[in-house]
Amino acid sequence: MRFLVRRLAMLAGSLLVASFVIFGALYLAPGSALAALSGGRALPAASVAILNQRYHLNAPFLAQYWYWLENAVHGNLGISITLRENVSTLIGNRIWTTAGLVLYASLIICVGGIGLGVLAGLRPGWLDTSALVTTAVTAAIPSFVASIVLLLVFAVKLGWFPALATGGGGFATDVRTFTLPAVALALSSLAIVARVTRAAIRDEADKEHVQTAISRGIPARQVIQRHILRNAAIPITTVSAITVASLIAVSAVVETAFSMNGLGAYLVQAAQSKDLAVVQGISLVLVTAFVVVNLLADVLYAVLDPRVKLGTKAS
Amino acid sequence: MKRGLMNRKLGAAGIISAVVIGVAVLAAVAGPGLAPDNPTLPDLQIAWVGPVAGHLLGFDFEGRDVLSRLLAGAQSSMLGPLVVVSLAMAGGAVFALTAAWRRGAADAVISSGMDVLFAFPGILLAVLATTVFGAGLTAAAVALAIAYLPYVARVLRSGALRERNQPYVQALEVQGASVPRICFGHVLPNMSRIIVAQSTVLFGYAMVDLAAISFLGLGVQPPAANWGVMISENEPGILQGYPLPALAAGACVVAVVIAVNVLGERLLDKAVL
Repeated sequence: MRFLVRRLAMLAGSLLVASFVIFGALYLAPGSALAALSGGRALPAASVAILNQRYHLNAPFLAQYWYWLENAVHGNLGISITLRENVSTLIGNRIWTTAGLVLYASLIICVGGIGLGVLAGLRPGWLDTSALVTTAVTAAIPSFVASIVLLLVFAVKLGWFPALATGGGGFATDVRTFTLPAVALALSSLAIVARVTRAAIRDEADKEHVQTAISRGIPARQVIQRHILRNAAIPITTVSAITVASLIAVSAVVETAFSMNGLGAYLVQAAQSKDLAVVQGISLVLVTAFVVVNLLADVLYAVLDPRVKLGTKAS
Repeated sequence: MKRGLMNRKLGAAGIISAVVIGVAVLAAVAGPGLAPDNPTLPDLQIAWVGPVAGHLLGFDFEGRDVLSRLLAGAQSSMLGPLVVVSLAMAGGAVFALTAAWRRGAADAVISSGMDVLFAFPGILLAVLATTVFGAGLTAAAVALAIAYLPYVARVLRSGALRERNQPYVQALEVQGASVPRICFGHVLPNMSRIIVAQSTVLFGYAMVDLAAISFLGLGVQPPAANWGVMISENEPGILQGYPLPALAAGACVVAVVIAVNVLGERLLDKAVL
Protein backbone atom coordinates (compact mmCIF):
# COMPACT_ATOMS: atom_id res chain seq x y z
CA MET A 1 0.00 0.00 0.00
CA ARG A 2 2.71 2.47 0.97
CA PHE A 3 4.48 1.42 -2.19
CA LEU A 4 1.45 2.31 -4.26
CA VAL A 5 1.03 5.68 -2.57
CA ARG A 6 4.68 6.55 -3.10
CA ARG A 7 4.47 5.47 -6.72
CA LEU A 8 1.29 7.50 -7.30
CA ALA A 9 2.95 10.58 -5.79
CA MET A 10 5.86 10.09 -8.16
CA LEU A 11 3.41 9.79 -11.06
CA ALA A 12 1.73 13.06 -10.09
CA GLY A 13 5.14 14.74 -9.77
CA SER A 14 6.27 13.46 -13.16
CA LEU A 15 3.09 14.64 -14.83
CA LEU A 16 3.31 18.04 -13.18
CA VAL A 17 6.89 18.59 -14.32
CA ALA A 18 6.14 17.21 -17.78
CA SER A 19 3.16 19.55 -18.16
CA PHE A 20 5.33 22.44 -16.99
CA VAL A 21 7.93 21.62 -19.65
CA ILE A 22 5.21 21.30 -22.31
CA PHE A 23 3.68 24.64 -21.33
CA GLY A 24 7.05 26.32 -20.83
CA ALA A 25 8.05 25.43 -24.40
CA LEU A 26 5.84 28.37 -25.35
CA TYR A 27 8.25 30.74 -23.67
CA LEU A 28 11.46 29.05 -24.79
CA ALA A 29 10.58 29.92 -28.36
CA PRO A 30 12.47 32.81 -29.88
CA GLY A 31 10.15 35.82 -30.04
CA SER A 32 6.97 36.37 -28.07
CA ALA A 33 4.57 33.73 -26.78
CA LEU A 34 1.99 35.12 -29.16
CA ALA A 35 4.31 34.46 -32.11
CA ALA A 36 4.88 30.91 -30.87
CA LEU A 37 1.14 30.29 -30.57
CA SER A 38 0.41 31.64 -34.03
CA GLY A 39 3.38 29.81 -35.52
CA GLY A 40 4.75 33.10 -36.85
CA ARG A 41 1.57 33.81 -38.87
CA ALA A 42 0.25 37.34 -39.09
CA LEU A 43 -3.09 37.37 -37.28
CA PRO A 44 -5.94 39.87 -37.36
CA ALA A 45 -6.32 41.94 -34.21
CA ALA A 46 -9.47 40.06 -33.20
CA SER A 47 -7.62 36.72 -33.20
CA VAL A 48 -4.78 38.24 -31.20
CA ALA A 49 -7.30 39.41 -28.62
CA ILE A 50 -8.83 35.93 -28.47
CA LEU A 51 -5.42 34.30 -28.00
CA ASN A 52 -4.53 36.88 -25.35
CA GLN A 53 -7.69 36.10 -23.48
CA ARG A 54 -7.49 32.32 -23.91
CA TYR A 55 -3.90 32.05 -22.74
CA HIS A 56 -4.10 34.92 -20.25
CA LEU A 57 -0.98 36.29 -21.89
CA ASN A 58 -1.06 39.41 -19.76
CA ALA A 59 -1.07 37.46 -16.50
CA PRO A 60 2.18 36.46 -14.74
CA PHE A 61 3.88 33.32 -16.08
CA LEU A 62 2.92 30.98 -13.24
CA ALA A 63 -0.71 32.13 -13.32
CA GLN A 64 -0.78 31.45 -17.04
CA TYR A 65 0.55 27.97 -16.43
CA TRP A 66 -2.08 27.40 -13.77
CA TYR A 67 -4.95 28.49 -16.05
CA TRP A 68 -3.61 26.31 -18.83
CA LEU A 69 -3.23 23.29 -16.55
CA GLU A 70 -6.68 23.78 -15.07
CA ASN A 71 -8.20 23.84 -18.55
CA ALA A 72 -6.17 20.82 -19.62
CA VAL A 73 -7.35 18.79 -16.63
CA HIS A 74 -10.92 19.64 -17.61
CA GLY A 75 -10.26 18.42 -21.13
CA ASN A 76 -9.95 21.84 -22.70
CA LEU A 77 -6.68 21.85 -24.62
CA GLY A 78 -7.17 24.98 -26.68
CA ILE A 79 -7.84 25.48 -30.37
CA SER A 80 -5.82 24.40 -33.37
CA ILE A 81 -4.50 27.46 -35.17
CA THR A 82 -4.63 25.74 -38.57
CA LEU A 83 -7.91 23.81 -38.33
CA ARG A 84 -9.74 26.19 -35.97
CA GLU A 85 -11.20 23.31 -34.04
CA ASN A 86 -10.99 22.16 -30.46
CA VAL A 87 -7.76 20.27 -29.84
CA SER A 88 -9.60 17.80 -27.58
CA THR A 89 -12.06 16.99 -30.40
CA LEU A 90 -9.20 16.55 -32.84
CA ILE A 91 -7.43 14.26 -30.38
CA GLY A 92 -10.64 12.33 -29.66
CA ASN A 93 -11.09 11.59 -33.37
CA ARG A 94 -7.66 10.06 -33.63
CA ILE A 95 -6.86 8.52 -30.28
CA TRP A 96 -8.41 5.12 -31.02
CA THR A 97 -6.27 4.59 -34.10
CA THR A 98 -3.15 5.08 -31.99
CA ALA A 99 -4.48 3.08 -29.04
CA GLY A 100 -5.45 0.22 -31.34
CA LEU A 101 -2.07 0.27 -33.05
CA VAL A 102 -0.11 0.29 -29.78
CA LEU A 103 -2.29 -2.43 -28.21
CA TYR A 104 -2.02 -4.65 -31.29
CA ALA A 105 1.78 -4.17 -31.34
CA SER A 106 2.00 -4.88 -27.59
CA LEU A 107 0.09 -8.10 -28.10
CA ILE A 108 2.50 -9.13 -30.87
CA ILE A 109 5.47 -8.29 -28.66
CA CYS A 110 4.20 -10.18 -25.61
CA VAL A 111 3.05 -13.30 -27.47
CA GLY A 112 5.84 -13.41 -30.05
CA GLY A 113 8.73 -12.09 -27.99
CA ILE A 114 8.09 -14.00 -24.81
CA GLY A 115 7.11 -17.15 -26.74
CA LEU A 116 10.26 -17.07 -28.84
CA GLY A 117 12.43 -16.30 -25.81
CA VAL A 118 10.97 -19.16 -23.76
CA LEU A 119 11.41 -21.60 -26.63
CA ALA A 120 14.99 -20.53 -27.27
CA GLY A 121 15.79 -20.54 -23.56
CA LEU A 122 14.46 -24.03 -22.93
CA ARG A 123 15.88 -25.63 -26.07
CA PRO A 124 19.58 -24.97 -26.53
CA GLY A 125 20.81 -25.94 -29.98
CA TRP A 126 20.11 -24.79 -33.52
CA LEU A 127 16.81 -23.10 -32.62
CA ASP A 128 18.47 -21.10 -29.88
CA THR A 129 21.44 -20.10 -32.04
CA SER A 130 19.31 -19.03 -34.98
CA ALA A 131 16.97 -17.11 -32.67
CA LEU A 132 19.95 -15.30 -31.17
CA VAL A 133 21.34 -14.23 -34.54
CA THR A 134 17.94 -13.26 -35.97
CA THR A 135 16.97 -11.20 -32.94
CA ALA A 136 20.36 -9.43 -32.89
CA VAL A 137 19.69 -8.22 -36.44
CA THR A 138 15.96 -7.53 -35.91
CA ALA A 139 16.60 -5.49 -32.78
CA ALA A 140 18.63 -3.06 -34.89
CA ILE A 141 15.90 -2.48 -37.51
CA PRO A 142 14.26 0.91 -36.87
CA SER A 143 10.48 1.15 -37.27
CA PHE A 144 10.68 3.25 -40.43
CA VAL A 145 12.91 0.70 -42.16
CA ALA A 146 10.65 -2.13 -41.00
CA SER A 147 7.69 -0.17 -42.38
CA ILE A 148 9.08 0.21 -45.90
CA VAL A 149 10.31 -3.40 -46.06
CA LEU A 150 6.94 -4.77 -44.87
CA LEU A 151 5.12 -2.48 -47.31
CA LEU A 152 7.32 -3.68 -50.14
CA VAL A 153 7.02 -7.40 -49.38
CA PHE A 154 3.49 -7.86 -48.04
CA ALA A 155 1.57 -4.98 -49.63
CA VAL A 156 3.25 -4.45 -53.00
CA LYS A 157 4.79 -7.84 -53.92
CA LEU A 158 2.42 -10.29 -52.21
CA GLY A 159 -0.65 -8.07 -51.91
CA TRP A 160 -1.74 -9.71 -48.66
CA PHE A 161 -2.38 -6.46 -46.80
CA PRO A 162 -3.43 -2.95 -47.90
CA ALA A 163 -0.66 -0.36 -48.24
CA LEU A 164 -2.61 2.48 -46.66
CA ALA A 165 -3.97 1.82 -43.20
CA THR A 166 -6.86 4.26 -43.10
CA GLY A 167 -9.12 2.07 -40.96
CA GLY A 168 -12.82 2.69 -40.45
CA GLY A 169 -14.14 -0.67 -41.63
CA GLY A 170 -15.46 -3.51 -39.50
CA PHE A 171 -13.31 -5.24 -36.89
CA ALA A 172 -11.96 -7.85 -39.31
CA THR A 173 -10.98 -5.17 -41.86
CA ASP A 174 -9.36 -3.09 -39.14
CA VAL A 175 -7.29 -6.05 -37.97
CA ARG A 176 -6.13 -6.59 -41.55
CA THR A 177 -5.24 -2.94 -42.18
CA PHE A 178 -3.54 -2.59 -38.81
CA THR A 179 -1.45 -5.76 -39.10
CA LEU A 180 1.48 -4.37 -41.12
CA PRO A 181 1.83 -1.16 -39.06
CA ALA A 182 1.57 -3.12 -35.81
CA VAL A 183 4.26 -5.58 -36.90
CA ALA A 184 6.50 -2.69 -38.04
CA LEU A 185 6.01 -1.03 -34.66
CA ALA A 186 6.57 -4.27 -32.73
CA LEU A 187 9.49 -5.79 -34.60
CA SER A 188 12.58 -4.41 -32.86
CA SER A 189 10.96 -4.51 -29.40
CA LEU A 190 9.90 -8.10 -30.02
CA ALA A 191 13.53 -9.00 -30.63
CA ILE A 192 14.66 -7.24 -27.45
CA VAL A 193 11.96 -8.92 -25.34
CA ALA A 194 12.86 -12.32 -26.85
CA ARG A 195 16.54 -11.82 -25.98
CA VAL A 196 15.87 -10.75 -22.41
CA THR A 197 13.37 -13.59 -21.94
CA ARG A 198 15.87 -16.14 -23.22
CA ALA A 199 18.60 -14.81 -20.94
CA ALA A 200 16.26 -14.81 -17.92
CA ILE A 201 15.13 -18.39 -18.58
CA ARG A 202 18.71 -19.58 -19.08
CA ASP A 203 19.78 -17.78 -15.93
CA GLU A 204 17.01 -19.30 -13.82
CA ALA A 205 17.45 -22.82 -15.26
CA ASP A 206 21.07 -22.85 -14.09
CA LYS A 207 20.18 -22.00 -10.49
CA GLU A 208 20.52 -24.45 -7.62
CA HIS A 209 16.83 -24.59 -6.72
CA VAL A 210 16.05 -25.81 -10.23
CA GLN A 211 18.78 -28.45 -10.09
CA THR A 212 17.41 -29.54 -6.71
CA ALA A 213 13.88 -29.77 -8.10
CA ILE A 214 15.10 -31.88 -11.01
CA SER A 215 17.09 -34.20 -8.76
CA ARG A 216 14.06 -34.63 -6.50
CA GLY A 217 12.34 -36.13 -9.52
CA ILE A 218 9.77 -33.37 -10.08
CA PRO A 219 8.37 -33.68 -13.62
CA ALA A 220 10.03 -31.37 -16.16
CA ARG A 221 6.72 -29.63 -16.92
CA GLN A 222 6.28 -28.59 -13.30
CA VAL A 223 9.90 -27.52 -12.94
CA ILE A 224 9.51 -25.27 -15.96
CA GLN A 225 6.18 -23.79 -14.85
CA ARG A 226 6.71 -23.38 -11.13
CA HIS A 227 10.44 -22.93 -10.77
CA ILE A 228 11.77 -21.43 -13.96
CA LEU A 229 8.95 -19.39 -15.50
CA ARG A 230 7.65 -17.97 -12.22
CA ASN A 231 11.06 -16.58 -11.26
CA ALA A 232 12.02 -15.48 -14.75
CA ALA A 233 8.73 -13.56 -15.00
CA ILE A 234 10.19 -10.57 -13.13
CA PRO A 235 12.81 -9.39 -15.64
CA ILE A 236 10.49 -10.40 -18.50
CA THR A 237 7.68 -8.18 -17.21
CA THR A 238 10.02 -5.25 -16.69
CA VAL A 239 11.45 -5.31 -20.19
CA SER A 240 8.06 -5.94 -21.81
CA ALA A 241 6.53 -2.98 -20.00
CA ILE A 242 9.42 -0.65 -20.84
CA THR A 243 9.30 -1.57 -24.52
CA VAL A 244 5.50 -1.28 -24.67
CA ALA A 245 5.73 2.19 -23.10
CA SER A 246 8.32 3.20 -25.69
CA LEU A 247 5.91 2.26 -28.51
CA ILE A 248 3.68 5.19 -27.59
CA ALA A 249 6.16 7.74 -28.98
CA VAL A 250 7.41 5.59 -31.87
CA SER A 251 3.82 5.13 -33.12
CA ALA A 252 4.24 8.59 -34.73
CA VAL A 253 6.83 7.15 -37.11
CA VAL A 254 4.78 4.12 -38.13
CA GLU A 255 1.57 6.14 -38.52
CA THR A 256 3.39 8.53 -40.82
CA ALA A 257 4.93 5.70 -42.86
CA PHE A 258 1.52 4.06 -43.39
CA SER A 259 -0.40 7.36 -43.72
CA MET A 260 -2.56 6.45 -40.73
CA ASN A 261 -4.88 8.99 -39.20
CA GLY A 262 -3.55 8.64 -35.66
CA LEU A 263 -2.36 10.93 -32.88
CA GLY A 264 1.32 10.50 -33.68
CA ALA A 265 1.02 11.34 -37.36
CA TYR A 266 -1.12 14.34 -36.42
CA LEU A 267 1.50 15.43 -33.87
CA VAL A 268 4.10 15.44 -36.65
CA GLN A 269 1.86 17.42 -39.02
CA ALA A 270 1.16 19.92 -36.26
CA ALA A 271 4.88 20.24 -35.50
CA GLN A 272 5.61 20.89 -39.18
CA SER A 273 2.95 23.59 -39.39
CA LYS A 274 3.96 24.99 -35.97
CA ASP A 275 0.51 24.46 -34.50
CA LEU A 276 1.69 24.71 -30.90
CA ALA A 277 -1.64 24.12 -29.14
CA VAL A 278 -2.03 20.79 -30.93
CA VAL A 279 1.58 19.74 -30.22
CA GLN A 280 1.13 20.63 -26.54
CA GLY A 281 -2.17 18.76 -26.30
CA ILE A 282 -0.96 15.59 -27.96
CA SER A 283 2.34 15.66 -26.03
CA LEU A 284 0.38 15.88 -22.81
CA VAL A 285 -1.79 12.91 -23.77
CA LEU A 286 1.17 10.79 -24.90
CA VAL A 287 3.29 11.61 -21.84
CA THR A 288 0.37 10.71 -19.59
CA ALA A 289 -0.08 7.39 -21.36
CA PHE A 290 3.68 6.74 -21.13
CA VAL A 291 3.79 7.49 -17.39
CA VAL A 292 0.67 5.44 -16.64
CA VAL A 293 2.03 2.39 -18.49
CA ASN A 294 5.26 2.72 -16.53
CA LEU A 295 3.26 2.86 -13.29
CA LEU A 296 1.31 -0.26 -14.24
CA ALA A 297 4.63 -1.98 -14.93
CA ASP A 298 5.92 -1.09 -11.48
CA VAL A 299 2.74 -2.32 -9.81
CA LEU A 300 2.88 -5.59 -11.72
CA TYR A 301 6.53 -5.88 -10.75
CA ALA A 302 5.61 -5.48 -7.07
CA VAL A 303 2.91 -8.13 -7.38
CA LEU A 304 5.40 -10.57 -8.89
CA ASP A 305 8.22 -9.79 -6.50
CA PRO A 306 7.10 -9.24 -2.88
CA ARG A 307 10.54 -7.90 -1.98
CA VAL A 308 9.74 -4.68 -3.87
CA LYS A 309 6.58 -4.08 -1.85
CA LEU A 310 8.43 -4.58 1.40
CA GLY A 311 10.82 -1.83 0.43
CA THR A 312 13.92 -3.99 0.29
CA LYS A 313 15.95 -3.95 -2.89
CA ALA A 314 15.40 -6.88 -5.20
CA SER A 315 18.72 -8.30 -6.23
CA MET B 1 50.70 -11.34 -33.70
CA LYS B 2 48.84 -8.09 -33.45
CA ARG B 3 46.13 -9.49 -35.69
CA GLY B 4 45.74 -12.49 -33.41
CA LEU B 5 45.27 -10.19 -30.45
CA MET B 6 42.55 -8.25 -32.24
CA ASN B 7 40.81 -11.46 -33.23
CA ARG B 8 40.72 -12.64 -29.65
CA LYS B 9 39.43 -9.34 -28.42
CA LEU B 10 36.69 -8.69 -30.96
CA GLY B 11 35.90 -11.95 -32.76
CA ALA B 12 34.81 -12.16 -36.40
CA ALA B 13 31.55 -10.24 -35.85
CA GLY B 14 33.44 -7.56 -33.96
CA ILE B 15 35.96 -7.09 -36.76
CA ILE B 16 33.22 -6.86 -39.41
CA SER B 17 31.45 -4.31 -37.20
CA ALA B 18 34.64 -2.28 -36.83
CA VAL B 19 35.05 -2.29 -40.64
CA VAL B 20 31.43 -1.15 -41.17
CA ILE B 21 31.89 1.68 -38.68
CA GLY B 22 35.22 2.58 -40.28
CA VAL B 23 33.62 2.87 -43.72
CA ALA B 24 30.75 4.95 -42.30
CA VAL B 25 33.19 7.29 -40.52
CA LEU B 26 35.25 7.64 -43.71
CA ALA B 27 32.09 8.49 -45.65
CA ALA B 28 31.09 10.98 -42.97
CA VAL B 29 34.48 12.72 -43.11
CA ALA B 30 35.18 12.55 -46.84
CA GLY B 31 31.75 11.61 -48.26
CA PRO B 32 30.92 14.78 -50.22
CA GLY B 33 34.40 14.62 -51.76
CA LEU B 34 34.07 10.93 -52.65
CA ALA B 35 30.63 11.31 -54.21
CA PRO B 36 30.95 10.78 -57.98
CA ASP B 37 27.92 12.98 -58.75
CA ASN B 38 26.31 16.12 -57.38
CA PRO B 39 24.12 14.81 -54.55
CA THR B 40 21.62 17.68 -54.60
CA LEU B 41 21.24 18.55 -58.31
CA PRO B 42 17.95 17.08 -59.60
CA ASP B 43 17.44 15.78 -63.15
CA LEU B 44 13.81 14.72 -63.39
CA GLN B 45 14.32 12.99 -66.73
CA ILE B 46 16.20 10.15 -65.05
CA ALA B 47 14.01 9.90 -61.93
CA TRP B 48 13.69 6.32 -60.59
CA VAL B 49 16.12 4.98 -63.24
CA GLY B 50 17.66 1.74 -61.97
CA PRO B 51 21.35 0.82 -61.63
CA VAL B 52 23.52 1.41 -64.69
CA ALA B 53 27.28 1.29 -65.20
CA GLY B 54 28.84 4.12 -63.22
CA HIS B 55 25.69 4.54 -61.08
CA LEU B 56 25.60 1.31 -59.07
CA LEU B 57 22.51 2.17 -57.03
CA GLY B 58 20.57 4.02 -59.72
CA PHE B 59 18.77 7.34 -59.31
CA ASP B 60 16.25 8.62 -56.79
CA PHE B 61 12.83 10.30 -57.20
CA GLU B 62 14.46 13.49 -58.50
CA GLY B 63 17.02 11.73 -60.67
CA ARG B 64 19.98 12.19 -58.33
CA ASP B 65 22.66 9.50 -58.06
CA VAL B 66 21.72 7.40 -55.00
CA LEU B 67 25.30 6.39 -54.15
CA SER B 68 26.43 10.03 -54.16
CA ARG B 69 23.53 10.99 -51.94
CA LEU B 70 24.28 8.15 -49.51
CA LEU B 71 27.92 9.27 -49.29
CA ALA B 72 26.97 12.92 -48.81
CA GLY B 73 24.24 11.97 -46.34
CA ALA B 74 26.67 10.05 -44.13
CA GLN B 75 27.88 13.34 -42.68
CA SER B 76 24.66 14.48 -41.02
CA SER B 77 23.61 10.89 -40.32
CA MET B 78 26.78 10.17 -38.32
CA LEU B 79 27.54 13.64 -36.92
CA GLY B 80 24.06 14.04 -35.38
CA PRO B 81 24.31 10.96 -33.12
CA LEU B 82 27.88 11.95 -32.22
CA VAL B 83 26.65 15.33 -30.97
CA VAL B 84 23.81 13.69 -29.02
CA VAL B 85 26.15 11.18 -27.37
CA SER B 86 28.78 13.83 -26.51
CA LEU B 87 26.22 16.15 -24.93
CA ALA B 88 24.44 13.38 -23.01
CA MET B 89 27.73 11.92 -21.78
CA ALA B 90 29.16 15.27 -20.68
CA GLY B 91 25.96 16.23 -18.87
CA GLY B 92 25.53 12.75 -17.42
CA ALA B 93 29.13 12.70 -16.12
CA VAL B 94 28.72 16.06 -14.37
CA PHE B 95 25.45 14.99 -12.74
CA ALA B 96 26.83 11.57 -11.79
CA LEU B 97 30.00 12.98 -10.22
CA THR B 98 28.06 15.67 -8.34
CA ALA B 99 25.62 13.08 -7.02
CA ALA B 100 28.41 10.70 -5.99
CA TRP B 101 30.48 13.43 -4.29
CA ARG B 102 27.87 15.58 -2.62
CA ARG B 103 25.54 12.68 -1.83
CA GLY B 104 22.70 13.48 0.56
CA ALA B 105 20.36 16.21 -0.66
CA ALA B 106 22.19 16.84 -3.96
CA ASP B 107 22.08 13.15 -4.82
CA ALA B 108 18.37 12.95 -3.94
CA VAL B 109 17.55 16.04 -6.04
CA ILE B 110 19.54 14.83 -9.04
CA SER B 111 18.20 11.27 -8.83
CA SER B 112 14.55 12.29 -8.55
CA GLY B 113 15.04 14.92 -11.25
CA MET B 114 16.29 12.17 -13.52
CA ASP B 115 13.29 10.00 -12.62
CA VAL B 116 11.01 12.80 -13.78
CA LEU B 117 12.92 13.19 -17.04
CA PHE B 118 12.23 9.52 -17.69
CA ALA B 119 8.64 10.64 -18.29
CA PHE B 120 9.70 12.13 -21.62
CA PRO B 121 10.27 9.76 -24.52
CA GLY B 122 13.16 11.07 -26.65
CA ILE B 123 11.22 11.40 -29.90
CA LEU B 124 8.42 13.33 -28.19
CA LEU B 125 10.83 15.82 -26.62
CA ALA B 126 12.50 16.26 -30.01
CA VAL B 127 9.15 16.93 -31.71
CA LEU B 128 8.31 19.52 -29.06
CA ALA B 129 11.72 21.16 -29.50
CA THR B 130 11.44 21.30 -33.29
CA THR B 131 7.97 22.86 -33.04
CA VAL B 132 9.32 25.64 -30.88
CA PHE B 133 12.76 26.21 -32.42
CA GLY B 134 11.96 25.17 -35.97
CA ALA B 135 12.75 21.90 -37.74
CA GLY B 136 16.44 21.06 -37.89
CA LEU B 137 19.18 18.82 -36.63
CA THR B 138 20.35 21.10 -33.80
CA ALA B 139 17.06 21.33 -31.90
CA ALA B 140 16.43 17.61 -32.35
CA ALA B 141 19.93 16.63 -31.22
CA VAL B 142 19.86 18.80 -28.09
CA ALA B 143 16.38 17.50 -27.18
CA LEU B 144 17.50 13.88 -27.60
CA ALA B 145 20.61 14.49 -25.49
CA ILE B 146 18.39 15.80 -22.68
CA ALA B 147 16.06 12.81 -23.03
CA TYR B 148 19.03 10.41 -22.80
CA LEU B 149 20.50 12.14 -19.73
CA PRO B 150 18.69 9.99 -17.12
CA TYR B 151 19.98 6.73 -18.61
CA VAL B 152 23.55 8.01 -18.79
CA ALA B 153 23.49 9.65 -15.37
CA ARG B 154 22.12 6.51 -13.73
CA VAL B 155 24.82 4.24 -15.16
CA LEU B 156 27.65 6.70 -14.50
CA ARG B 157 26.40 7.48 -10.98
CA SER B 158 26.79 3.88 -9.86
CA GLY B 159 30.22 3.80 -11.51
CA ALA B 160 31.22 7.04 -9.78
CA LEU B 161 30.00 5.75 -6.41
CA ARG B 162 32.14 2.64 -6.85
CA GLU B 163 35.22 4.76 -7.64
CA ARG B 164 34.45 7.10 -4.75
CA ASN B 165 35.10 4.27 -2.30
CA GLN B 166 38.42 3.22 -3.84
CA PRO B 167 41.55 3.67 -1.73
CA TYR B 168 43.23 5.84 -4.37
CA VAL B 169 40.54 8.50 -3.96
CA GLN B 170 41.11 8.59 -0.21
CA ALA B 171 44.85 8.76 -0.82
CA LEU B 172 44.37 11.75 -3.11
CA GLU B 173 42.08 13.43 -0.59
CA VAL B 174 44.69 12.98 2.12
CA GLN B 175 47.25 14.57 -0.18
CA GLY B 176 44.95 17.58 -0.43
CA ALA B 177 43.99 17.25 -4.10
CA SER B 178 41.00 19.39 -5.04
CA VAL B 179 37.67 17.75 -5.86
CA PRO B 180 37.71 18.81 -9.56
CA ARG B 181 41.24 17.43 -9.88
CA ILE B 182 40.28 14.11 -8.34
CA CYS B 183 37.12 13.88 -10.46
CA PHE B 184 38.42 15.00 -13.83
CA GLY B 185 42.05 13.93 -13.45
CA HIS B 186 41.57 10.51 -11.85
CA VAL B 187 38.00 9.25 -11.50
CA LEU B 188 36.79 10.00 -15.03
CA PRO B 189 39.86 8.41 -16.71
CA ASN B 190 39.28 5.34 -14.54
CA MET B 191 35.68 5.21 -15.72
CA SER B 192 36.71 5.49 -19.38
CA ARG B 193 35.84 1.89 -20.19
CA ILE B 194 32.25 2.15 -19.06
CA ILE B 195 31.99 5.61 -20.66
CA VAL B 196 33.22 4.34 -24.03
CA ALA B 197 30.98 1.25 -23.90
CA GLN B 198 27.94 3.28 -22.89
CA SER B 199 28.63 5.86 -25.61
CA THR B 200 28.80 3.15 -28.25
CA VAL B 201 25.46 1.68 -27.22
CA LEU B 202 23.90 5.15 -27.01
CA PHE B 203 25.19 6.04 -30.48
CA GLY B 204 22.98 3.31 -31.96
CA TYR B 205 19.87 4.61 -30.19
CA ALA B 206 20.67 8.21 -31.17
CA MET B 207 21.17 7.18 -34.78
CA VAL B 208 17.77 5.48 -34.95
CA ASP B 209 15.93 8.31 -33.18
CA LEU B 210 17.56 11.08 -35.23
CA ALA B 211 16.95 9.22 -38.49
CA ALA B 212 13.32 8.81 -37.39
CA ILE B 213 13.03 12.55 -36.77
CA SER B 214 14.51 13.32 -40.19
CA PHE B 215 12.17 10.69 -41.66
CA LEU B 216 9.28 12.62 -40.09
CA GLY B 217 10.48 15.80 -41.79
CA LEU B 218 11.46 17.53 -38.54
CA GLY B 219 15.24 16.99 -38.69
CA VAL B 220 17.58 17.53 -41.63
CA GLN B 221 15.66 19.42 -44.31
CA PRO B 222 15.69 18.37 -47.97
CA PRO B 223 17.31 18.84 -50.42
CA ALA B 224 20.23 18.29 -47.99
CA ALA B 225 21.24 14.62 -48.06
CA ASN B 226 20.57 12.44 -45.00
CA TRP B 227 19.73 8.75 -44.66
CA GLY B 228 16.47 9.39 -42.80
CA VAL B 229 15.43 12.05 -45.32
CA MET B 230 16.26 9.69 -48.19
CA ILE B 231 13.96 7.00 -46.80
CA SER B 232 11.00 9.35 -46.48
CA GLU B 233 11.43 11.17 -49.81
CA ASN B 234 11.82 7.87 -51.68
CA GLU B 235 9.00 6.07 -49.87
CA PRO B 236 6.57 6.63 -52.80
CA GLY B 237 8.98 4.51 -54.85
CA ILE B 238 8.12 1.49 -52.69
CA LEU B 239 4.50 1.61 -53.87
CA GLN B 240 5.44 2.47 -57.46
CA GLY B 241 7.90 -0.40 -57.87
CA TYR B 242 11.21 1.47 -57.40
CA PRO B 243 12.24 0.40 -53.91
CA LEU B 244 16.02 0.59 -54.29
CA PRO B 245 16.72 4.22 -53.20
CA ALA B 246 14.69 3.94 -49.97
CA LEU B 247 16.01 0.45 -49.21
CA ALA B 248 19.63 1.50 -49.77
CA ALA B 249 19.31 4.34 -47.26
CA GLY B 250 17.54 2.02 -44.79
CA ALA B 251 20.32 -0.56 -45.19
CA CYS B 252 22.94 2.06 -44.28
CA VAL B 253 21.14 2.91 -41.02
CA VAL B 254 20.63 -0.76 -40.12
CA ALA B 255 24.25 -1.74 -40.94
CA VAL B 256 25.74 0.99 -38.75
CA VAL B 257 23.29 0.32 -35.90
CA ILE B 258 24.01 -3.43 -35.90
CA ALA B 259 27.77 -2.77 -36.03
CA VAL B 260 27.57 -0.29 -33.16
CA ASN B 261 25.41 -2.68 -31.10
CA VAL B 262 27.78 -5.62 -31.59
CA LEU B 263 30.80 -3.52 -30.70
CA GLY B 264 29.00 -1.89 -27.76
CA GLU B 265 27.98 -5.25 -26.33
CA ARG B 266 31.58 -6.52 -26.51
CA LEU B 267 32.87 -3.36 -24.87
CA LEU B 268 30.20 -3.53 -22.13
CA ASP B 269 31.16 -7.14 -21.33
CA LYS B 270 34.74 -6.00 -20.87
CA ALA B 271 33.83 -2.86 -18.93
CA VAL B 272 31.80 -4.74 -16.35
CA LEU B 273 34.56 -7.24 -15.62
